[in-house]
Amino acid sequence: MTVFGMPLPVILGQLTLGLVNGSFYALLSLGLAVIFGLLGIVNFAHGAFYMLGAFAAYIGLQYFGVNYWFALVLSPLAVALLGMLIERLFLRHLYSLDPLYGLLLTFGVGLIAEGIMRDRFGASGKSYPVPHLLQGAFDLGFMVLPIYRAWVVVASLAVCAITWFLIERTRLGATLRAATENARLVQAFGINVPLMVMGTYGAGVAIAALAGVLAAPVVQVSPLMGSSLVIVVFAVVVVGGMGSIAGAIVSGLLLGVAEGLTKVVYPEASNIVVFVIMALVLIWRPAGLFGKE
Amino acid sequence: MRAAAVYAMLGALALAAPLLGLYPVFLMKLLCFALFACAFNLLLGFTRMLSFGHAAFFGSAAYVTSWLVSVHGWGAVPGILAGVAVSLLLGLAIGAIAVRRQGIYFAMITLALAQLVYFICLQAEFTGGENGLQGVPRGSLFGLIALGPDATMYYFVLAVFAAVYLFIRRVVHSPFGQVLRAIRENEPRAISLGYRVNRYKLLAFVLSAGLAGLAGSLKSLVLGFATLSDVSQGTSGEVILMTLLGGSGTFLGPVLGAGIVVTLEEYLSDLVGAWVSVIIGAIFVICVMIFRRGFVGEIQRRFGTAVTRRS
Repeated sequence: MTVFGMPLPVILGQLTLGLVNGSFYALLSLGLAVIFGLLGIVNFAHGAFYMLGAFAAYIGLQYFGVNYWFALVLSPLAVALLGMLIERLFLRHLYSLDPLYGLLLTFGVGLIAEGIMRDRFGASGKSYPVPHLLQGAFDLGFMVLPIYRAWVVVASLAVCAITWFLIERTRLGATLRAATENARLVQAFGINVPLMVMGTYGAGVAIAALAGVLAAPVVQVSPLMGSSLVIVVFAVVVVGGMGSIAGAIVSGLLLGVAEGLTKVVYPEASNIVVFVIMALVLIWRPAGLFGKE
Repeated sequence: MRAAAVYAMLGALALAAPLLGLYPVFLMKLLCFALFACAFNLLLGFTRMLSFGHAAFFGSAAYVTSWLVSVHGWGAVPGILAGVAVSLLLGLAIGAIAVRRQGIYFAMITLALAQLVYFICLQAEFTGGENGLQGVPRGSLFGLIALGPDATMYYFVLAVFAAVYLFIRRVVHSPFGQVLRAIRENEPRAISLGYRVNRYKLLAFVLSAGLAGLAGSLKSLVLGFATLSDVSQGTSGEVILMTLLGGSGTFLGPVLGAGIVVTLEEYLSDLVGAWVSVIIGAIFVICVMIFRRGFVGEIQRRFGTAVTRRS
């Protein structure tokens, strides 16, 4: 069976690959959107935190024998602590200034993290084994789906759903959203807003690190793994509309799939298709697909 | 008075530099990046638009000039002009999309579109892919003066730099520049005064892109190559750092900032390897945290001189 002159298994294979990539885009843009929503800061270091998450898992396994399942929890925690430290030391002093400074600061933080990891581990990629439980593949009849890939998609979707639920449907989320609207008023109600902001930054960064751990077995763990990814994620966020949680998730998945399909139809353009879509969306709807303005 | 004295000293220093035994290729590289930073400052300093994708203009002009000069045997001047023309067109295309949003969105969009240009350069045939274009000849000025010797090339680059520097000063002090600064200070008010803000911003963007392209073209002739790093986000970040460190919104700031960053990279990269990017990142953090005016901005504030008046 063929579609557009391509065998169906090829298309489905790229589609699932696109869905896996889309899951990473969704997780990363979700974290960016959460941070931007409350802090008003575009976290350029997001790619670096993703990389640190993957490296934390790699280091944990190599030097301390921490297995994948523990890394899935410990690595985001460690990276979140680092993130909260950075928020406390640096970002906190920038909230009253032009948001451009937050972007520039986090860009610098990202460079520092990448430089240190490159000095310690070199620029080449390290491989991280697929955990025992998730090795092998499902035979779906029309295609073979590696179990780990399916796990990445399911786990990412679960994290996205939980985050969305926490923010949109719980009391904590309501307080967060209120603080986004008017931080001083929320503070006047006796809520420790600076602490909440710090926690939110930590949470956003933890999601990036979790994406890093999930990615470790499918991509090479390298110091530069995040630096070009973060640009794609920025494009995803622009398409989805900044600050929209649902927009970040949906456009992340959609653009991942679009990228996968482009690999089938016209592989040369697969690197740029996300940016082209971003340009088209900006021309058609400058506020993004889900943005309000 | 003091401003004139400072410029006279800098001019004399620049003219005499090759005689003082400074390495001319290094000086030329410095001037090219200073030119790049001045072009960038026109946007960040005087209009408050943070473009995170200026390497796209710098790099694509470098590629076009290198390709025309080395493969098609064009002269230096037509090659440079073609590079500038391409970067102007690219600036128009990217600018038209990016000025639809402001602030951080503008920064993210320019970054993403510049990455698009990067991937096109990576895959296009004429750019030589990962290797880039090497061994670009400098050619001559209209077949009259050979630019091969470093000293001749140095004075050519210096002349171009001086002309552009004066041009940027003229632009900033023109009625057009006044409107740009009005947009920087208060965009909604500029709109309410009836200015078509987006047109001014787009024109400033295209101008800045063209001058960044000029810097890239010159650089490719000076060093004799154009590579992927010219179009990469690292180069976009560097030019931001130069402008920020020297003092955005001042005239001499970007020149000084370019001098510091180029010197640091030149001498540190052999010494410390991967730590260069750590040092660059740390300078970013320091600049943003405690040094937002940059060197020239701080000097102006402390001494209130008219050397590089902000106005």
